[in-house]
Parts: sequence; C-alpha cells; structure tokens
Amino acid sequence: MLEVEGLKAWYGAAQVLFEPSFHVGHGEVVALMGRNGAGKSTTLKALMALIPQRSGRVRFLDEDISDLKPFQIARRGLGFVPEDRRIFSDLTVAENLDIGRQPVRHLDGRPAPSWTMEKLFTIFPNLRDMPDRRGAHMSGGEQQMLTVARTLMGNPLLVLLDEPSEGVAPVIVEQMANAIVELKKEGLSVLLSEQNIHFAELVCDRAYVLEKGQLQWHGRMADLATDVAVQRRLLSV
Amino acid sequence: MTLEALLFQALNGLAAASSLFFVGAGLSLIFGVTRIINIAHGSFYMLGLYLAATLAIKVGGGFGFWGGILAAGLVVAALGGLVEVLLLRRIYQAPELFQLLATFALLLVINDVVQYVWGPEDLLGPRAPGLRGSVEILGRNFPSYDLFLIAIGPLVLLLLHLMLARTRFGRLIRAATQDREMVGALGVNQAMLFTIVFVLGAFLAGFGGALQVAREPANLGLDLVVISDAFVVVVVGGMGSITGAFLAAVIIAEVKALCIGLGLVHFGAFAVNFSKLTLVAEFLVMAVVLIVRPFGLLGRPQAPVRNPAEIEDPIRPATLPLRAAAAALLLLLLLLPLLSKTSPYVLVLSIDVLIAILFATSLHFIMGPGGMHSFGHAAYFGLGAYGAALMVKFAAAATLLALIVAPLAGLMGALLFGWFAVRLSGVYLAMLTLAFAQIVWSILFQWEEVTGGSNGILGIWPQAPFDSRPAFYFLTLALVLAGVLLLRCFLFAPFGYAMRAGRDSPLRAEAIGIAVKRVQWIGFAIAGAFAGIAGGVFAFAKGTISPDVAWVSRSIDAMVMVLLGGIQTLTGPIVGAAVFTVLQDNVMRQTAFWRGLLGAVILLLVLVFPGGIVGALSKRAAARRKPA
Repeated sequence: MLEVEGLKAWYGAAQVLFEPSFHVGHGEVVALMGRNGAGKSTTLKALMALIPQRSGRVRFLDEDISDLKPFQIARRGLGFVPEDRRIFSDLTVAENLDIGRQPVRHLDGRPAPSWTMEKLFTIFPNLRDMPDRRGAHMSGGEQQMLTVARTLMGNPLLVLLDEPSEGVAPVIVEQMANAIVELKKEGLSVLLSEQNIHFAELVCDRAYVLEKGQLQWHGRMADLATDVAVQRRLLSV
Repeated sequence: MTLEALLFQALNGLAAASSLFFVGAGLSLIFGVTRIINIAHGSFYMLGLYLAATLAIKVGGGFGFWGGILAAGLVVAALGGLVEVLLLRRIYQAPELFQLLATFALLLVINDVVQYVWGPEDLLGPRAPGLRGSVEILGRNFPSYDLFLIAIGPLVLLLLHLMLARTRFGRLIRAATQDREMVGALGVNQAMLFTIVFVLGAFLAGFGGALQVAREPANLGLDLVVISDAFVVVVVGGMGSITGAFLAAVIIAEVKALCIGLGLVHFGAFAVNFSKLTLVAEFLVMAVVLIVRPFGLLGRPQAPVRNPAEIEDPIRPATLPLRAAAAALLLLLLLLPLLSKTSPYVLVLSIDVLIAILFATSLHFIMGPGGMHSFGHAAYFGLGAYGAALMVKFAAAATLLALIVAPLAGLMGALLFGWFAVRLSGVYLAMLTLAFAQIVWSILFQWEEVTGGSNGILGIWPQAPFDSRPAFYFLTLALVLAGVLLLRCFLFAPFGYAMRAGRDSPLRAEAIGIAVKRVQWIGFAIAGAFAGIAGGVFAFAKGTISPDVAWVSRSIDAMVMVLLGGIQTLTGPIVGAAVFTVLQDNVMRQTAFWRGLLGAVILLLVLVFPGGIVGALSKRAAARRKPA
C-alpha cells in the first residue's frame, strides 16, 4: 500500500534521514521505532511533504506521491497525526473535526472505512461531552484524542500516527491502544512512530527500528518484543 | 464647545470609522492567513475610490453611483486575485521582510499607474443619489449619506462575523490563521484558500475606498495615509481580530474627530490647538494600547510560523579578498575629488550615497543582527538632521559641534522610543516604530515656532574649513567610514554576539544570563545615534531640511536599501544603499514615473533574488566552493 525507497531529508545543511526503505501493507499496523532523535517524526513528516528538503521515492496505492503537495497527499488518503497535536486551539472540538472532513474514499472499487462524528465518539467517548469546548481548554489527553479523531474525519486509508502515547496519562495510553486496535478492525492501515515498546507490542504486527536516520532492524513485532539485545542496542529501555 | 457639538462631532467620527474598519479588517484577514503585511492595501482603497468616482461621473445617476461603488469593490477584488496569483504566491516562502518589500513595490507601481490614468489632480465624486439631503440631529444638519456609512460598518462586521463563525470557509480561515501547515496536511488546498482570502481582503479595501466617494476627493497621497491608518487600526484592535479592528477603527476615528472638534482650547495661560494634534493623537492611542496590551485590544500572541525560511549562516569577519576590495574602493573614494573635477555632480551624488550607506548600515544593525524590524528609522535620521540644524539656527554652532549634537539627538530619541519598542516583537514592533516616527514627523511639522513647520530650516551650510565641496566630501567620507567600521566592530564584540543570540532564541539567551531586552534597547539606541549622524551630515549637505527627513518614505527607502543588498550579510546595506541611491537618482531624471519604475525594478529583484543582491552573490560563491 505504501512503499518507501531511499528516503532522505535535511534540516538546513544537516542530513537527518539516510535512505531508510520500508513498506506498509493493507490492513497492517507497522511500528517505526527508535530513540529520541532517531528520525521517526522526520520520516512521517517527509512522507507528508512537510519537510521542504527531501528526496527519495514514495509510492502510495501504486502512485508516485513524492512530488505532491501536503494537501494532495492527504486527499489521496494518507492521514497524518502530528506528535505535538497541533489542534486549532481557537476552534471548538466540533469545528476542529470539521476542518478535517473529507469525502469518503474508495479502495478497489469499494467504499473505504469512513467516519462520522458519532462513530468517532464511540471510540473517543471523552469528546462526546465537549463538542463546544475550545481546543485551548482541553487536557493533553483530550487534545491527543481530538488530533486522531480530526485526521480520521478525512476518511484516510492509511494513518501516520506520531507518538500518540507520549506525554499522556496511562489511562489515555490504554484508550489510545484500544482505538488503534479499532482502526485495524475497520480495515485501516497504520504506520505508528513510537518509543514505548510495550505500547507498540499491544497494537503492531511488524516493526522497523531507526537509529541516526538509518534503518537498523526490521521484522515481526513479536520478535522485537523478546529480543532484549536489539532493544538494548537500539531502543531506550 | 458645547456637549451637543461634541456629540455631533462624535457622529462624524463614526461615519469615518466604517471605511477605516473595512481596510483594517481586510488587512487583518490577509495577514492572519498568509502572514503577509500587504502594504499595497492602501493602494486598493485608493483605487476603489478613483474607480467609484469615475463610474459615478461617467455613468451617472443612481446606477452609476451605487452600482459604481459595488463595481469598484469587485474590480479591486479581481486585481487582488491577480496580484496574489502572479506575485505573492511566488514569495510565500521568502523571508517576511521580502514580502513586505514586494507589496511596497506594488504600492509604488499602482500609485504611478493611477497617476498615469487619472492625472495628478484630485477627483471628487458626486453626492449620493437618494441620500443627497441631510437630517437634523442635535439642531444641526447631518448628511444622510454619513448616516448610511454609520450603519454599514456594523452591518459588514456582522456579516464577517457570521462568515467566520458559521461557515466552513470561516472555520478554515480561523484554523489557517493558527496553523496553516496543519490545515494543508488535513487536505485543504492552501493556495486556493490564500487566493480567496486575498480577494476578500482586497474587496473590503476597494469597497471601503469606494464608499468614501461622496465624502472625500480621490488623491494620490491616499495610499500611504490609509495604509498607516489601517496599520494603527489592526495593531490597536489586535492582529486577526475583526471585532478588534472595528473597535479600533471607532476609537481612532473618534479621537481624530474630537481633536478636530475641540480646536483651540485654553488651559489657563496655555493654549493647545487640538486640531493640530490629530496626527499625533491616533499614534499616541496606538502607543498607549501597545504598551498596556502588547497584542492589541482583542488580539492574542501570534502563533509562530511553522517551517520558517532558511536558517541564516553566521556572520563572519571580512575575508582577505573582500578587505582588499574595500581598500581599493577606499582609495578610489579618496581620489574621487581629483577624478571628478570636470563633473562636480559626481561629488554631490557621492555624498548622497555615503549618507545613505551610513543610514542603511545603522538600520541593518538592528534589523539584521538585532532582528528588530524598524519601520520608522527615519525618526532618528530626522532628529539628527534637526538637532544639527537647530544648533546652527539658534546657537550659530560650528559645523563639528553641530555634528556632535546630531548623534546625541538621534540617541535620545532612540533611547526613549526604543525602551517601548523592544518590549514588543515582530509586526507589532514594526508598527510601533512606525508610530513613533509619525509622532516625530508631526512634531517637526507642527511645532512651527522652533522647527519652521513645513518650510523647515534653511541656510544650514558647513563653515570653514568644510565650506568647499571636496572638503565636505572628505568630512562625510571620514564620518561614514568611521561609523560603518564602528558598527561592524560592535557586531563582532561580545555585545554583537549577545544581540544575535537574543534574536535567534530569546529564551535560551535569557537562560545563559543575557538581559535580552536591555541588549536590544542598547542596540536600538546605537542604531539611532548613527542614523542621527547620517541625518546631521544630510542637513549640511542639502543646506535646507523639512519634516520630510522623518517621513515614512525615508524609513521605507532605508529598508529597501537593506533588503536590496541582502539582510544576512554585512556588506549588503552598503551595496544596497549605493545601488538604490544611484538608481533613484538616474531614474528620477529620466521620467516622471520614477517611483513606479523603481517599484517594478524592486519587484523584479524580489522575484529573481529572494536573498538580496549580495545574498545571491555569496550563495553563488558558496555553491562554487563546495559543489553539491
């Protein structure tokens, strides 16, 4: 579904990504793991064309999207959930969700998974009680849920999820894990950037591990979860 | 003055507020979404007024008048769309100041096009068909058309408010104002959104101008007057707040109207002519509001722009070839009086260039390494010029003594205004510095007893031994050289490092013990002092000065010089000032439309060299050094 080859990215003169290649299949939940600064977030942003200096080949649904603009990529069905939430704090919950709204997509001639506010409220019940609350007046966990829900309003086929478990209360982490499992059940594919191996283990099928912008390991999530040597070498455990 | 008269004057103020609000609201909407401060917004207003007046006269009748107002707004909106697609779209990624420069160039071009089409005379439209009469209010006749204006302001406010709150388009505008990149990542076509917002903003400006057709004549000076009023409205109301813009427009218009209404008032032995204070008054309101509420009445701190332009290279001491080139240039400049014996004009022009170089370098000092984008640097140039001139006029001071007072005058002004200005940053700082410069200008203009008012001060010629052209040239050269080298020294001293640290990361600079505000304040004062020297030399070079020395266009000229040369380099302002001055001198002698031509040249430069002339050259040099 998503195939990435030789992705490179720079911030100014500093190269951050050194040609990692990876793929995400239909209905798969894939983890992109690594320590702080390994290049996880940069990878996701580069896929969305949010980093001006980048090169490499990105194919989504057998189409080359490397040269498209962010909004065009989003309209192809690649949803992006940024790590720092970036909700519109002047807008209410309902308005935030409205900004994300896009038409229902089709995949192989059939309607792809689609979302309404009502359906999203069953996954994120906290949001149901506060449709008129401004983003600025929400807790970190609520904001995190809103960010995910807002992207889902665009009815994506594949979601790029950047560290949804970071900096939120344990109870929210649990809800977030449940939500990802729900997405998988709906038939969505997910590329999850994550540091927390326990969280990734709960939801992911396969994993790629980045270190200094290079791909260092890939394989089944279950194998990574038991391979203490790899974890010690590449992850902050 | 009676209470009735005061209330009547207040109604007059309300009628003036509506158009002010439309321009301010348009400016604010455009800035919020695209982050471009559209200086040409004043031109849109002016164009709207010209178009409406022409249509009302040529087509005539109720249709020509009322239809003309609407048509004028629509034509200006279409023009705005064209400008956005052809020009602005190419420079959204360029540094903020370059965008400013581009829209200013646009203002110059539009002004000359209008002059070409309509000529230099004022154009007065007819009175409004159907609303020609007046209504008796408080025992006086109040024009019915003004009542209509009073009503339409709040009506448009309501419409805009509903649009922003209730429609998806409005929600997109509000979301993009906060984080336009995220809006794009959610699948919204930013380019389209930007164009539509720009068209809407341009329509509001054109419509606002057109509505004034029955109230004021169209004239070529409106663009700058309106844009500075609109700045005040937007900054007082708070960037991005439509309701704030309305509130501010009402306050500003009321303050102006009341000043005119009060006229001459006696306080015991003192008499204050309030009608002379209108210019100062609106800027005083703005200064007070900004000091109390730095983000305006209803504004909020600006969200930082995501993915800002390229990271700047650190500045470096001059390389050997550059030093050699500078030495050769200096030798040439020293020999210039000999070389130019046959054409004395070369020396006159060279003195102008040298003055411009010092002025631009002093502005670059705070704009580039200081990160403070001053829109009112001419204030300190003007203070220096008047400081020196007044010493000659009242104390018959020697030339050198007067030239010592010049930087002191600039320094004093910069210390006072800078103390307020460094408390703000970004657009707000730019607007506040503009406001201070306008205050200086109005004082120079209106304090006739001392400054000679609009006539200025005459007969300020250098005394012996500087009374010959070559001698004065050498004096200028010495002062400018010393000034430029000293400013350079400051930048490579710990002070300069501290100032740059404060620009790049105020928080981190504070955390390592730098008093950022104080460093900026001192930097601002230093720049003011050197601008003062440039002003003092200017006074002696011209022999006559008028309040024009502190006028907006001089501030903007200096900014153009700095940006033309490239803000990231130290040689930039020198090259920029020289190129600009020579260009201006040449073009001015060729054509009456030199401003428009200048604008066109600037637009071309901005589109071709988004890093300035020197910036482009050094980038090319860097590319040669390490082939990618």
